[in-house]
Amino acid sequence: MADIAIADLIKRYGETQVLHGIDLDIRDGEFVVLVGPSGCGKSTTLRMIAGLEEISGGTVSIGGRVVNDLEPKDRDIAMVFQNYAIYPHMTVRKNIGFGLRAARMPRADKERRIDEVAALLDMTALLDRKPSQLSGGQRQRVAIGRAMVRDPAVFLFDEPLSNLDAQLRTQMRLEIKKLHQRVGSTIVFVTHDQVEAMTLADRIVIMKDGHIQQVGTPDEVYRSPANTFVARFIGAPSMNLLDGASLPPGTVPRASDGAVLVGIRPDDLHPVTDAPLVEGRVTVREPLGPDTLIYVDTPSGEVVAKADARTPPAVGATVRLGAAAQDLHVFDAASGAALRVA
Amino acid sequence: MASLTDVPAPAKPTTEGLLRNPTGRGPRGHGQAVRWILLFLGGVLMVMPLVYMVSTSLKWPHEVYDVNLIPEEPTIENYTYVLEDGRFYDWFVNSLVIATITTISNVLFDSLVGYTLCKFRFPGRQLVFIAILSTLMIPTEMLVIPWYLMSQQFGWLDSYWGIMFPGLMTAFGTFLMKQFFESVPDDFLEAARIDGLNELQIWWTVAMPLVKPALAALAIFVFLGNWTAFLWPLIVTNSVELYTLPVGLSGFGDEVDVAWELIMTGAAISTIPTLVVFLIFQRFIIRGVVMAGLKG
Repeated sequence: MADIAIADLIKRYGETQVLHGIDLDIRDGEFVVLVGPSGCGKSTTLRMIAGLEEISGGTVSIGGRVVNDLEPKDRDIAMVFQNYAIYPHMTVRKNIGFGLRAARMPRADKERRIDEVAALLDMTALLDRKPSQLSGGQRQRVAIGRAMVRDPAVFLFDEPLSNLDAQLRTQMRLEIKKLHQRVGSTIVFVTHDQVEAMTLADRIVIMKDGHIQQVGTPDEVYRSPANTFVARFIGAPSMNLLDGASLPPGTVPRASDGAVLVGIRPDDLHPVTDAPLVEGRVTVREPLGPDTLIYVDTPSGEVVAKADARTPPAVGATVRLGAAAQDLHVFDAASGAALRVA
Repeated sequence: MASLTDVPAPAKPTTEGLLRNPTGRGPRGHGQAVRWILLFLGGVLMVMPLVYMVSTSLKWPHEVYDVNLIPEEPTIENYTYVLEDGRFYDWFVNSLVIATITTISNVLFDSLVGYTLCKFRFPGRQLVFIAILSTLMIPTEMLVIPWYLMSQQFGWLDSYWGIMFPGLMTAFGTFLMKQFFESVPDDFLEAARIDGLNELQIWWTVAMPLVKPALAALAIFVFLGNWTAFLWPLIVTNSVELYTLPVGLSGFGDEVDVAWELIMTGAAISTIPTLVVFLIFQRFIIRGVVMAGLKG
């Protein structure tokens, strides 16, 4: 069993507290992505699970065993770093086998294990090369291979795709997803890229300022964001947030007596002929192929909507935008928390 | 009226114009010439002692005090004499043993201390580093008396250990290695930590191979420094058979006269290993100096 239980986890650097007592349960075999802006504490959380950062408070348990005081090597984990951390003076074979140095197993078994992992990652032909002779994607695979070779209970990935170009990142994302489906290990993956989070995760943990904002499946965090931060962070372009008072009476679902913000995803906001929510002038068009994004200047501020790519409104034209009632998200204007619609 | 074919000929650059705004192909100005002359003079200043050393080594004793660079009657008699003198071999071996052991010791311990100061956070780390650095400001001449007293108390006078112990670790080496270890990403060390290596294994297996150029530079600095060391070996040794090359060579001659031609011959021979080492590893020396100067 490789479930991870994080309870009231706190991290302090001197007087500065960067993690404020987070709780998280990760099931065995689950792919969990920690996502959030820089400085939100996601990497710190990962490094505390790995044992690379001291825990200031709370507990981390792996497989039912509290690991707070265990050395990284005794936690049955493997980690893939942002800059790969593959050793330039060693061949691919030695790099992959490095994880087995401390393992007490016969040399022949080690070699067989290295060959198995290399085959799994399609790297058999590269085993005698040095890292300097590899592409970025191949280096990333070596780093993953080194993590896999020990067959750990938990894989930890610290922004492993950040150094790759967009095309390679998409390709490696797919490979990591396939790898997880094949090996079925528990994976904790840190990224600041919400697309990576959405595409990879079984569950996403969205963090901000050392607090967890929401934990849920990609669909949950997209469809039912817990607050305005999650609503804006997940989804590209970001969700439009409009002052409820600025919308036509009767269009805002009744959720609270106080001031509310109404969130509408650009995907759900389209040009309409009647019963518009907002009306304004098109300032910019962004053709995406199947659709065109239009940026519209309205009395409630700038909103982004999606128009049919074949008949997009012209820049400067006045458009009326509307959305289905079920696609409106209502948030408390003061706290930003999502409100249940009555 | 000008027609379409009246294209003006391109203006030729005038001398005045070129002087105001040089193209890069013309005269480079006086500054460059002055720089070259200064560099040439500096080069002559550096090479002259070497040339004079070789020249003197090829002279007969009666010609030694003539300041001519080319001997009137060149001879290799001095080389035959020095190489046939058994003491020269003893001194050569002494220097080689001492320089080699000191170099190995520096490479190991300077890098270990440099690595610790660079990669571990512990109370007083900065203080220790400053304390080590501050010893660079104390001249050897000031340290000789404490070293001598220490050697006397421990019974190290007139021994290999006595010659070697002050140089087994150096503040400069520690500083140099610390600067180089800054370039080793922490991720490498953390990855090895997760893979189950202990700290000593991480230092040896991961960090050390990544700073090979620095190790080579340090090894060369230390080797050359110990190969040419004179003052401390002279003070700590009494037995002729324990002399190092510089100390031994300085004693060539008798009570009446100093045999400069023999000293220069010995010096010329002893220069050969250092020249070879330098020529092979000079790029490491330069990289080492540049890195130590630029980083931190």
